[in-house]
Amino acid sequence: MNDPLIPAPTTPRTQAPYDAVIIGAGLNGLTAAAYLARAGARVVVLERRATIGGSTTTEEFAPGFRADTCRHDAGWISPHLVRELDLEQHGLKLLATGARVVAPGADGGRLAFGAQGPVTESLRHHSPRDAARFPVFAARIAALCGFLEQLYAKPVPSPDASSRADLTTAAQLGLRFRGLGRRNMVELLRALPMSVAELLDDEFESPVLKGALATRGVLHLCQGPRAAATAFNFLHHQVGQHVGAIGASTVPLGGLGSLAQAIADSARAAGAEIRLDSPVARVLVLAGQAVGVVLESGEEIAARRVVSGVSPRHTFLELCDPSRLAPEFVRAVDNVRYRGAWAKVNLALDQLPALSAGDGDTGADSSRVRGIVVAPEMDYLERAYDDAKYGRVSANPWLDARIPTVDDPALAPNGKHVMSIHVQYSPYRLREGAWDSPAREALGDLVMATLERHVPGLTESVLHRQVLTPLDLEQTYALPEGHAYDGEMMLDQALFMRPVPACSHYRSPVPGLYVCGSGAHPGGAIAGGVGANAARAVLADRKG
Amino acid sequence: MLKQTPFHARTAPLCLGQNWRRWAGHFAASSYDLVHEREYHAIRNSAALLDVSPLYKYIVSGPDAARLLDRVVTRDVMAMAPGRVAYTTWCDSAGKVIDDGTVARLDDERFRLTSADPSFRWLHENAHSLRVAIEDVSDSTAALALQGPLARTILEHLIERPLADLGYFRLTTATARGVPVTISRTGFTGDLGYEIFVDAAHALPVWDALIDAGTPYRITPTGMLALDLARIEAGLMLADVDYVSAHKALIPAQTSSPYELNLGWTVKLNKDFFVGRDALAAENESGTAWRFVGINVEWEPLERLYAAVNLPPRLPTVAWRTSVPLYRGADQVGYATSGCWSPLLKQYIALAHLPADHASVGTPVEMEVTVEHHRKRAPARVTSTPFFNPARKRT
Repeated sequence: MNDPLIPAPTTPRTQAPYDAVIIGAGLNGLTAAAYLARAGARVVVLERRATIGGSTTTEEFAPGFRADTCRHDAGWISPHLVRELDLEQHGLKLLATGARVVAPGADGGRLAFGAQGPVTESLRHHSPRDAARFPVFAARIAALCGFLEQLYAKPVPSPDASSRADLTTAAQLGLRFRGLGRRNMVELLRALPMSVAELLDDEFESPVLKGALATRGVLHLCQGPRAAATAFNFLHHQVGQHVGAIGASTVPLGGLGSLAQAIADSARAAGAEIRLDSPVARVLVLAGQAVGVVLESGEEIAARRVVSGVSPRHTFLELCDPSRLAPEFVRAVDNVRYRGAWAKVNLALDQLPALSAGDGDTGADSSRVRGIVVAPEMDYLERAYDDAKYGRVSANPWLDARIPTVDDPALAPNGKHVMSIHVQYSPYRLREGAWDSPAREALGDLVMATLERHVPGLTESVLHRQVLTPLDLEQTYALPEGHAYDGEMMLDQALFMRPVPACSHYRSPVPGLYVCGSGAHPGGAIAGGVGANAARAVLADRKG
Repeated sequence: MLKQTPFHARTAPLCLGQNWRRWAGHFAASSYDLVHEREYHAIRNSAALLDVSPLYKYIVSGPDAARLLDRVVTRDVMAMAPGRVAYTTWCDSAGKVIDDGTVARLDDERFRLTSADPSFRWLHENAHSLRVAIEDVSDSTAALALQGPLARTILEHLIERPLADLGYFRLTTATARGVPVTISRTGFTGDLGYEIFVDAAHALPVWDALIDAGTPYRITPTGMLALDLARIEAGLMLADVDYVSAHKALIPAQTSSPYELNLGWTVKLNKDFFVGRDALAAENESGTAWRFVGINVEWEPLERLYAAVNLPPRLPTVAWRTSVPLYRGADQVGYATSGCWSPLLKQYIALAHLPADHASVGTPVEMEVTVEHHRKRAPARVTSTPFFNPARKRT
């Protein structure tokens, strides 16, 4: 032991600092870990919960019944991500489905949506004019979304960018923008600040088509379809998707949790460690530099870089000491808007709900209905928002209900089914009362009563009901104010302004501390998008 | 509508020329007499009584009160014992001065901050996650400055106890005719002087008591014009006059760091953190581009400029507050921001910004003067400040 010929190591191997410690094993944290580990960095991911995935998780919510308990749509799963992280080798199976989502109209009709958007025959039944116009609209939106896709793949240069990399990116984006052609350039600039209601009123007449599509414009916003820039939110949710489809048209087999699992396995295969049940208490800062984290257990984990996948608020105002940060920065972080306005209801069902096909839909898959969108017209959404504006749950909420067991029966016992319902608006801040048990049950009852009108007999077939209020979402999944994307996707919280201009390139004012959660660019509903970009920023600094 | 200070009922009848100016939204007397000279000489020879109630005043209290102020200002507040007062600047994150004022530690968890500009928002923004209460007491607290060689004697009569052991930049509490007051040995004249803080509701009895106690010593209600001469002699700068607050600057070039204002001594880089620390540490390392200095205009060349048009020299008996160019050779190198004829020193003095390489004491410069509608250059020299610094100020 004390052999003088062998010098004792100054620091034991296990104490050597990690290259990066990542806070939170959500999709973005795991993605960042996978990219960093693949580049040779020694990485550890620290997760508060006993399970990975963050808000993208598939959990057993009733004996034998599994569902995407929090979000049921991961948004765009980029083929680059799947390819670069070898996700298919790590168990990811993306299921293409032809099953329908039906949208009941105010007039009793039903519009069918398939994987490629509204089913043409069904839309023709509602409005021949809209059916004729839809392909032109879809092509135009796809062109605009194609540009956003480019914009989302890199950190966005700020207007005062001066680094060579920034200027190169700015030049490339400039060229891509011109590549849209004059008409689409104008269209993009015109559309971004528009309301989704105006965007759709410009084109279509069918109320149910506009109602269902407009849900994509108000998804995870505490705004109605007539609010400015909801068209941007609409475009954002169409990036990488078939225009007009209600939700992703390819879903991971086994639920969204299997996407997180595949990314985690890819990260582990590259050498990353993932530690569950390891809540971080604070970021260690020495001489102004982030040098690791302290767990709630008191354990210190040293790292050259700290990459936070949790919200900007939690990262800077709780894990860091805000009294050591510039007041301008603290103000900006404190002013990030979250305003969660959704809730989640998961049902274990005794049998497949009786959902009739859409009007005029005669396709092969027409009788396989995997979801129902209750948003019969845009006014319905606007009125639903009116309640939320005054701190009330919508008397008539819009619902996006999915039955994942139609395509993936293994999620429930044989012959049984699962229904997962996105409920909006259910504001985090209530004007009266609090999100307690009675409020939770009242919300569940409201959702059941609303759905029962369109799916008769549903309530009778419910074996178990899980209701997650915005407060539950915040407490269980660490979503600030219950917001699924760690900050509303509005224009002033997008691009280089996301989460705040001082962190636009994933680097924060604290050297060594990075952000990689969906609170950063490009935001939510782009699976792993922030994590991939953030990993690049960390690696660039590692070289430098 | 301009606000009246708690002393307005007393000051208004005294203001013979109705010569008022605005100070932080209040009526403030420029001079009580038709000219300010008697008031100026009171500052230097007897005792001047100034109504300084328009100062912005904040009480910061709570377990983290010291931490908040230590984070905001450049001085070391954690090291201040109760009863201490510190003159300080505070900066934005770029290390540029937002304002200057005093921090007084009233007790362990209670401080008073005075400032030239409203500061509540800035304090509030810096208080995130700190256990503090910030109270704007600007209107509820009245303030007087009693400045001059006889100030101590008058105050001792007022509070009926000696004040000789109240050191420079220290404070104490006392009662004046039954009214509780806080007395700090501070001021803006560079002379022996005190500032008296009192609840606005009891302001008038304190004024009356001071006048009673001070009349045998020629206590003189004094306005801003006399103060302006005294503060230039003392080398004390004014926000909005001698520097632009970082919160008001239209372009970065208008801002100044404490080092650039000759206030480097207020910057305690040994503190772990305060707003602007990183930028100031870097500036301290790399050197400061600008200096804030005194300028002394030479008499004889000035006299010759006027003699050339058959005039005796015309002197600024009221301080000027404009930007005046300073030259070396053909080039303008800097600018003066305040200047006056010092009645005491019999010198034409000014406060000026000069680049560091033109700012050492004794450097000859030329200051622009307008002689009978024509721009001329008057030779001057860089001097150290204060121009006037009597021993009685500190002893």
